[in-house]
Amino acid sequence: MGRAGLLLRLELTSNPEILSVVRSAVTCLASNMGFPEADVRALTRAVDEALANVIRHAYANRPGQPIELLCRRVTERAAERRGPALEILMMDRGISVIRKKFCGRELDDVRPGGLGMHFIQNGVDVVQYSRHLRKNRLRLVKFLPVQEPEKANGKGEW
Amino acid sequence: MVKISTRRLDKAAILDVSGDIDLAHSTELRRVVLVEFRENRTPKVILNLVAVNYIDSSGVASLVEGLKASRDVGSRMMLVGLSPIVYEVLELSKLLKIFEIYDNEALALEA
Repeated sequence: MGRAGLLLRLELTSNPEILSVVRSAVTCLASNMGFPEADVRALTRAVDEALANVIRHAYANRPGQPIELLCRRVTERAAERRGPALEILMMDRGISVIRKKFCGRELDDVRPGGLGMHFIQNGVDVVQYSRHLRKNRLRLVKFLPVQEPEKANGKGEW
Repeated sequence: MVKISTRRLDKAAILDVSGDIDLAHSTELRRVVLVEFRENRTPKVILNLVAVNYIDSSGVASLVEGLKASRDVGSRMMLVGLSPIVYEVLELSKLLKIFEIYDNEALALEA
């Protein structure tokens, strides 16, 4: 894994108590990069839900299992869009997550559970899941807002 | 962390919830709410969420489960003091319309 654009690297364990720490870190990072408040909240929610999914599904609530989280500034090209973005990679050694779990449920179906994936998809622009060498890898990308020229040297120049 | 304290007024229980309702703590909220309906058969349970800083999907699921339990026993569950962050999550979940939501505790008690 290259270190270009690396902003933050966290080695975590699958304990739910760590979620609030990661939320704080992601909120702080995204704010400093210049994301608007609503985007910061949405991104933080997406990362929180993705990490909770790893704890609940990949590790079946077993505490103490390794999770790695990397945040990088990248130039992303997705669909018809290209530009600077925050990339978040989450790696774990849990069981393979069935692709079906990466589809949010119908929101008209009022029942407990199934909202997490909806929050993830809502919060970022790109969601990619892969599995290689017994590792799950989730890649989340959120584009930085397009900056007006006079603000180009202010926040967001990370 | 999350803190839940209970006050009782006539036939209502008011649960003052504070902190983050996330995967680490939503089970506690779920437990307390379900006890009110299934064991205490409290006719009206008001969740005061004014001091809730964050709620995730497991927290929302706990609220939905509480609502279903209230309907099972013919009680009512109400939400008051929704912060913009909690409101945003319920709106995103398209669940605002299924909950009884009031601006404050007095309005919920009168309803």
